[in-house]
Amino acid sequence: MKPFVYQRPSHVTQATTDGAAQDATFIAGGTNLLDLMKHDIETPLKLVDINHLELAQIEKLDSGELKIGALVSNSDLAAHPEVIAHYPVLSRALLAGASGQLRNKATTAGNLLQRTRCYYFYQIDSPCNKRNPGSGCPAIEGESRLLAILGVSDDCIAQHPSDMAVAMRALDAKVLTQLPDGSSRTLTLDELYRLPENTPNLETNLQSGELISHIILPPPVSGLHTYDKVRDRASYAFAVVSLAAVIDIDRDGNLTTVRLAFGGIGVMPWRNRAVEALLMSSKGEREAVIQAAELLLSDAKTTQKNAFKVPLTKRLVIQAIDRAISASKEAALSTSAQPAHLNLP
Amino acid sequence: MPNLTLTINGQAHHLDDLDPRTSLLDVCRQHLDLTGAKKGCDHGQCGACTMIVNGKRINSCLTLAIMHDGDEITTIEGIGAPDSLSELQQAFIDHDAFQCGYCTPGQICSATAMISEIEKHFPSHVSNDLTQPKISLEEISERMSGNLCRCSAYPNIINAIYQVLSTKGLTKTDSSNTVTSTTDSKPQIWSPLTSNAKPHQDSNISPCQLGAES
Repeated sequence: MKPFVYQRPSHVTQATTDGAAQDATFIAGGTNLLDLMKHDIETPLKLVDINHLELAQIEKLDSGELKIGALVSNSDLAAHPEVIAHYPVLSRALLAGASGQLRNKATTAGNLLQRTRCYYFYQIDSPCNKRNPGSGCPAIEGESRLLAILGVSDDCIAQHPSDMAVAMRALDAKVLTQLPDGSSRTLTLDELYRLPENTPNLETNLQSGELISHIILPPPVSGLHTYDKVRDRASYAFAVVSLAAVIDIDRDGNLTTVRLAFGGIGVMPWRNRAVEALLMSSKGEREAVIQAAELLLSDAKTTQKNAFKVPLTKRLVIQAIDRAISASKEAALSTSAQPAHLNLP
Repeated sequence: MPNLTLTINGQAHHLDDLDPRTSLLDVCRQHLDLTGAKKGCDHGQCGACTMIVNGKRINSCLTLAIMHDGDEITTIEGIGAPDSLSELQQAFIDHDAFQCGYCTPGQICSATAMISEIEKHFPSHVSNDLTQPKISLEEISERMSGNLCRCSAYPNIINAIYQVLSTKGLTKTDSSNTVTSTTDSKPQIWSPLTSNAKPHQDSNISPCQLGAES
């Protein structure tokens, strides 16, 4: 690990000023950053420890939104009663990620900003356009089994590794940031993340010293919240493909809400609103679902080793819609007035 | 270089001019002669370094000591000693829950804090009900997945933890006092085959001998 200067600001304004220095990096949980520093993939000259900022609260706003401090741990967020009750897809996604130890340390904002686990990015003596711009991408012709098929470029096919961010994308989460000049701004996840194109080293649109202070969840969306994750072992593994879904169906069987966000297949947590619109004009008939899944995957750029993700993703979409339809029918039969479907796995 | 104070196993340690790169694991092993926590992978993948910081289990290899000024840290040395074993340590012996033992300090620190998480009703990936998880063998496997055992003593590790949870009454799921079956899993795309066997709380036969292993 390269030497660095350690700083521990106690106010946000101090943190953004410290963070704007050349080669300064914020550290919160550190579970990804320190790993990268041990590999000399990240080599900050200044490490700005933000753990002493007052950013570890979860607050329900009068607007119905949920304001989550950047430093709230993944464990605390997953177990928060408000999240379990009204955003269960987020609890499910968080619990599907990492291990108990890592979730206790990893933070909400840090999770959004974690970096790819592409083997070539991690292998310091290998070319990698993300780590060393212009050096090439051996992944495209190499071990690409776990890598992305949507949003990829000729320079990079690294997947975004987060589970949490996939659910956040489905929930239309926004990040609230603080800038060194004292201003703040709000970015959707679509605005936060960048496509790799020919600059895969630039992953977000955050500016120098810009600090994510909170994540804002819009008021809850009713419907069946599910998170399905296909991975190579039953626990503690990154997604091969994952799907965060919020689906609501009215009494006539119309799909009134369809939100589908995907992990494991995109360079960022992936969402395609045209696909959702197509499904919302249907009753989830199998042909409509297949058509929607094919639309989602029509832009997929696969390698020989990750082409299997196309049919796998399609099956996940079919399963999510079928399950929502079944749950809706069961709820209709049930005499209980309680919308129990909200909290089904 | 800043100075810091770490409270480890109830004892305050003052460190002057510590290199900020030093991990919490390395400060314990290299500077404080607390070698119970092990360095397995040094990248947060194996759990051998697990410590309990302010009541929560973390990977001590993936955090800097300097970030823990004033924190309360528990290592395996603070959990029990040869003449005063913790309940979990005794259960690990009773169930032969290790072979080489390298992962064991991390397993025990992790399981100690994991039991606290269960007491606080923390959900897991395999909990059907996120508000009231029913503690089964499957739940223990899931919750302990951050601790690898190269000797693959998993069935016995899980049995040892199950025994302690049973003693604490945490495996009882309803008024009938029956333990949760491992078949009580939520719908998934794929999951390991589960058994119909139900663990016997009062039997000498351990749950894993009944075929309900992790």
